[in-house]
Amino acid sequence: MYAYNDFDKSFLASRNAQFRAQVERRIAGHLTEDEFKPLRLMNGVYLQLHAYMLRVAIPYGTLNSGQMNMLAHLADKYDKGYGHFTTRQNIQYNWPELRDIPDMLDDLGTVEMHAIQTSGNTIRNVTADHFAGAAADEIADPRPVAELIRQWSTDHPEFQFLPRKFKVAVTGSESDRAVTRAHDIGLRMVERDGVAGFEVIVGGGLGRTPMLGKVIADFLPREDLLPYLEAIVSVYNLLGRRDNKYKARIKITVHENGLEKIRDLVNERFVEIKARFSGIDQELFKNIEAAFAAPEFAVKSVDAYDSARQSDLVFRAWSDTNLHAHKADGYSIVTVSIKKHGATPGDASAEQMRVLAGIAARFGHDELRISHEQNVILPHVHKSDLPEVHSILKANGLGTANIGLISDIIACPGMDYCALATARSIPIAQQIATRFDELKLEHKIGELKIKISGCINACGHHHVAHIGILGLDRAGVESYQITLGGDHTETAAIGERAGPGFSADDIIPAIERLVEAYLELRQSDEETFIESYRRLGLAPFKAALYPAEDEKSDAA
Amino acid sequence: MSRSFTPKVVTANALLEGDVVYLTNDDRWTRSLKDAVLLMDEADADLRLLQAQAQTGVVVGAYLADMQDGPDSPEPIHFREAFRRKGPSNYAHGKQEQF
Repeated sequence: MYAYNDFDKSFLASRNAQFRAQVERRIAGHLTEDEFKPLRLMNGVYLQLHAYMLRVAIPYGTLNSGQMNMLAHLADKYDKGYGHFTTRQNIQYNWPELRDIPDMLDDLGTVEMHAIQTSGNTIRNVTADHFAGAAADEIADPRPVAELIRQWSTDHPEFQFLPRKFKVAVTGSESDRAVTRAHDIGLRMVERDGVAGFEVIVGGGLGRTPMLGKVIADFLPREDLLPYLEAIVSVYNLLGRRDNKYKARIKITVHENGLEKIRDLVNERFVEIKARFSGIDQELFKNIEAAFAAPEFAVKSVDAYDSARQSDLVFRAWSDTNLHAHKADGYSIVTVSIKKHGATPGDASAEQMRVLAGIAARFGHDELRISHEQNVILPHVHKSDLPEVHSILKANGLGTANIGLISDIIACPGMDYCALATARSIPIAQQIATRFDELKLEHKIGELKIKISGCINACGHHHVAHIGILGLDRAGVESYQITLGGDHTETAAIGERAGPGFSADDIIPAIERLVEAYLELRQSDEETFIESYRRLGLAPFKAALYPAEDEKSDAA
Repeated sequence: MSRSFTPKVVTANALLEGDVVYLTNDDRWTRSLKDAVLLMDEADADLRLLQAQAQTGVVVGAYLADMQDGPDSPEPIHFREAFRRKGPSNYAHGKQEQF
């Protein structure tokens, strides 16, 4: 992992001291809320429905055990004993008091973490494939690139007041686990004639106007990355609309101006900027890459794993769903579900965080990742250790075998916490998970991605869900609208709205009807929900969702 | 005839803790909606709001929330205010136990 150098440490210390002084001035009455708000937002501090919220960046979702233990410490000392992992690979604390936040930031600084640019109209925390550095299908680890972008974008003087927030995602694999086409800039590592480079995607985003990103450069040499990114963001900075918040994201800039015009402007700007890059970025990049060297993987027998799979059915079910192929022989990537049936998606208690840190230190080369799907990844675990890892996880409410299944739901905090929300998300996720657990159907259903957002801003990624649920306020009542057929992977698609919304009481039975219809419609047990949907289209699923309307049209 | 006025309470978040607070009849801030003053007159509500907004060292984001007169407390009309009164639905963090 990247370790802070003296510059990083002194920058963070002075930034934290600056914010501490700003908080003191606010409390003493020397700053008004209007003056203070942009300053607190630049440091990740929101005021939510019931309390302040501190959003801490987990750069590209990577943590070591010391950092995870610190997150647990913050949860215990300054919050109510838990934290919420988000779809941006960040963690949010829902209950800090304003006076404590500078202390929280200082504590985070001791483990090289911060909350800078987790809000505001800036370049936000750079996200990456959560299997980075471990996936069997990886061209290269995307984290050095993400770290380079983090260093370039942090406190970049030109990009502190963009027209709107700006999100960058990077993947180093063919399989897109970083939702690159739903980001302002998505970077996919590609190779051409043995040379590593990037496919650069621009103008993707969810929210009220969901759009998939478009390829602005199909092959960008690796050494051109920062000047090219700077060219894109500076073109957007001038051209992006500041007259209308809802039209300010780069997806609208690209849509209104056309990709060709944007590409021409970026290329013109790139020539100017490239000339100013002295090559220091490439030197930095070499050092960063060295810091992300893969751990020394052990070569040992996997007999213990094989025999546990034979003798322990619970372990076997868990290893079937929660493990992924690792690039090193004898190793697995473990996805730890923090979505026990009925629990709040993405929430982990301080104790659970400590358990995960302990496992990472003892069995996982001291590495952890947070996925945008709100789970925790142990990227490097030798198979011979998996039975013991599983038994520790199980004893701490972390052994749920549901990764990729119907109860592995993404849910934003919704109106239980968020001041922007128009309806609750969490109880809907809890009820769906509980219901399908009661029915004991989820393994039979197979891969199915449900994602729930509590407002049109789509933090819960509902547009790219197989079954998306959007919570709205319809005349003072919570109403849930369903979209179908979305896809967050390399075959990205925006879901199609199925029809009128359902009340909070009716949404769970509606999902149940939808899933029952799928089980009847699928050609074989292997055909997943999204495959059935692509084969059959919306109509049969819509009929299952709105049976009464179907009868009416039959009668007519 | 004047247009009908939906009763209101003045509500905000406390500056230091972020807690949901309501204005009382004697211009204090309370954490409990049942101790809030239900404002039945539009001019009075507007004036109280202006006074609340001026208290920038105590509260943040004061606004008027629609309420109805309940048996022993103002009752939220919109579900958002009901959640603000009660706290999140996924954990019992104290306030919920009162309901």
